[in-house]
Amino acid sequence: MVTKQIGKPQNRVDGRDKVTGRARYAAEFSATDLAYGVVVSSAIAKGKIKEMDTSEALRVEGVLDIFTSENRPKLASYDSSFQDEDAPPGSPFRPLFNRDILFNMQPIALVVAETYELARYAASLVKVEYETEEHVTNFEAERTNAYEPEEYKSTPPPDPWGKPETALKEAEHRISEVYSHPSQHHNPMEMHASTAIWEGDGRITVYDKIQGVLNSQEYIMGVFGLAKEDVRVLSPFVGGAFGSGLRPQYQLFMAVMATLELKRSVRVVLTRPQMFSFGHRPKTVQQLSLGASADGTLEAVVHHAFAETSRFEDYSEDVIIWPGVLYKCENVKLSHKLVGLDVYTPLDMRAPGGTTGIFALECAIDELSYKVGMDPVEFRLKNYSVKDQNVNKPFSSKELQECYRQGAELFGWKNRNPQPRSMREGHNLIGWGVANGAWEATQKPSGAKAVLTKEGKLTVSSATADIGTGTYTIMSQIAAECMGLPIENVEFKLGDSSLPQSPLEGGSWTASTVGSAVKLVCEKLGEKLLELAQESDDSPFKEVSIEEVEFTDGQMRLKEDTSVAIPLTQLLKENQKDSVQVEAESKPADEQENYSPYSHSVVFVEVNVDEDLGTIKVTRVVSAVAGGRILNPKTAWSQILGGVVWGIGMALEEYSVMDHQYGRFINHDLAEYHVPVNADVHDVEVIFVDEEDQIVNPLGVKGLGEIGIVSVAPAIANAVYHATGKRVRDLPITLDKVM
Amino acid sequence: MQEKALSPTVSTERITLTINGTSQQVEVEVWTSLLDLLREHLDLTGTKKGCDHGQCGACTILLDGKRINSCLTLAVMHDGAELTTIEGLAQDGELHPVQQAFIDHDAFQCGYCTPGQICSTIGLINEGKAKTLDDIRDLMSGNICRCGAYTNIVKVLQEAIERNQNL
Repeated sequence: MVTKQIGKPQNRVDGRDKVTGRARYAAEFSATDLAYGVVVSSAIAKGKIKEMDTSEALRVEGVLDIFTSENRPKLASYDSSFQDEDAPPGSPFRPLFNRDILFNMQPIALVVAETYELARYAASLVKVEYETEEHVTNFEAERTNAYEPEEYKSTPPPDPWGKPETALKEAEHRISEVYSHPSQHHNPMEMHASTAIWEGDGRITVYDKIQGVLNSQEYIMGVFGLAKEDVRVLSPFVGGAFGSGLRPQYQLFMAVMATLELKRSVRVVLTRPQMFSFGHRPKTVQQLSLGASADGTLEAVVHHAFAETSRFEDYSEDVIIWPGVLYKCENVKLSHKLVGLDVYTPLDMRAPGGTTGIFALECAIDELSYKVGMDPVEFRLKNYSVKDQNVNKPFSSKELQECYRQGAELFGWKNRNPQPRSMREGHNLIGWGVANGAWEATQKPSGAKAVLTKEGKLTVSSATADIGTGTYTIMSQIAAECMGLPIENVEFKLGDSSLPQSPLEGGSWTASTVGSAVKLVCEKLGEKLLELAQESDDSPFKEVSIEEVEFTDGQMRLKEDTSVAIPLTQLLKENQKDSVQVEAESKPADEQENYSPYSHSVVFVEVNVDEDLGTIKVTRVVSAVAGGRILNPKTAWSQILGGVVWGIGMALEEYSVMDHQYGRFINHDLAEYHVPVNADVHDVEVIFVDEEDQIVNPLGVKGLGEIGIVSVAPAIANAVYHATGKRVRDLPITLDKVM
Repeated sequence: MQEKALSPTVSTERITLTINGTSQQVEVEVWTSLLDLLREHLDLTGTKKGCDHGQCGACTILLDGKRINSCLTLAVMHDGAELTTIEGLAQDGELHPVQQAFIDHDAFQCGYCTPGQICSTIGLINEGKAKTLDDIRDLMSGNICRCGAYTNIVKVLQEAIERNQNL
């Protein structure tokens, strides 16, 4: 492929819309006669609604209706109707289904009024009496009842290999520690919102905050029994999601229900506290025992994970696969149990499982390297893996060694004094830490459509999403490259359920999945254009095959003799075509089955820890990534940067505090739930090492949304140890823990 | 006996606002925040709501040239005020230099906090308080970016401050 567009640091094609306020998000589409819905949340965590008195609220002038479990319309009753593309095994929560309360802040009523303020006021007048049952939200107390689910949402734990217990016992050096992190919430800046527009005759158009419009469309069809042609879901811009928008959330249910009942457009926006009521990264406790020989060979890994789930769905994520991916080890035992609590089901949050498991593993490996007396980088390289031992397959590519080389050099790792508390500047203890990580690089099936007009404008589309990841931009680049058009002549459309099928945007697979579909549909368009040229008998392209032509500078031309060329605009005009349209479905190649595809990273971190105050500042980060081919270094850098910022949050700040008395996350706002702010982020450098991969997908890309976060929190924890001599194994690392 | 309808005692006031250079009279209920007035009544949805509690900065606009959280103030309190929102920064189709710099430095991802970040950036430049890198980071910390574009946002300000110093 000639690269004029791919690999270029192209500015975001949707940048102008975003900096001028023209980009509209789910709550920003207007409709005539729009009504506003405000959700009433349960004040208890478990029990039943004894009585709900809505009479006073209903008397407020301007209140249109109040929906509760008593007066809601008929809904589907089977679990399968409520299960979405990302549903874990179990029985999904069904809003307003009955009087049962399954978790605190469960939506129990929707107040709909003429204005937002009226709905909010009337919601405050709804009186609820509960029959309270004892709830269990204390993870530690409930851990004795941990269980293996009948069905894992994640990869089921692989069978043990080798003789882990014996090897551990006989190892020269051993560590056995417990690592944990609390529940954390996604908190995208845009609060979840849906605007449902009544189109008449039972048809609706819904603007939803979702990472895949088809998931919302299917959900609405299943729950409300609507035909596909009667519901269109749009989501042109998503104000961040990080996994919170994978499943259709209850504001969608509420807006659609009210619209169908009132036959009037309704908008429902959740409040920031309500953003803590539907899914979070599960609190996870991990027991890790590692053994190494005298020369630093990793001899044994025993890794047991205990993770939170709800009482109604068995959520699990890939916490324990990482020893088998990241290290060569002959003796390994893994297990993953769930702890059922009276909370909402956890939900995939940026690198679900990876962020969790790699944190524990990479801290443990670091501890073991000290026991062995080896440099943490050297120790990791000594136990470098060339195949994924969980599935016994080679990696499709793995340039992790190059990440170590370039990252260590830029960071200046060779100047590190290995002794903890050995580096300081005034009252600041300085620590340098490292961790490596991986994330899966999968390709899913996806459709795409391409339309080329006689004016030379190309529109390519697919029902995917852009949650800030740069989908609009990189897809435009791929299409422009394939068809040899300037990027200004290319438009990529997404976030519309009427477009060709595409999976949820998640799992770092969108560049790979939708990118491959875009490439394929452009190739088909090329073939169709050649056929069109061949329709005329005197065409110089008459006898040539598609392999012999190329598309460049707006023309189709012969590779051998570039003077034989025809502008695409002329080709369409000569053939009396206003436009040419093709659709394609791309699928992963069978060959991928023989390999394990992962992206890899190494993160080097410097922290300053104030010896007197215990405050921790991440002063320098170098993240070196092997992520396949980089489509756009500018947006790619931003994705890794975002991952670094998330890692800082996870390591030092983020903590959804459960108040067991109420069974509620008590710090449910952005003042009390701390995410990194500008002053928390200092020097961050990103390196992309060259990595060629002809197996992973036709573009050789690996996806970058998640690889950027996985190694950050452990690298910070390891740097804090190096600075202070204290191992903090329970996140977040707050000042009280290092004092 | 039919109970009387409850009517919240919310009065309506007529105020004059100059928004993005255009003076207009608007009827506002006294319980409507400046942010909701912009978003829900005037269709100026470029100003974002991220928390409604002054904790995130997504609703930052320029009020008489100063950056404020528009969610923390009632519209009725601003009779006669001059507001600039994100929609009013570009002139005749030409982006404000800060807007262009946000694009060039990729100082956003999802774009939701961006209007607030841009207004806050312009407000901070107007204040003239930020001299060092640490000043910039501290004084921009009222605007949360969950996508984590902070270092790129800082580059925009560094460039702008250098440009101003060279004048």
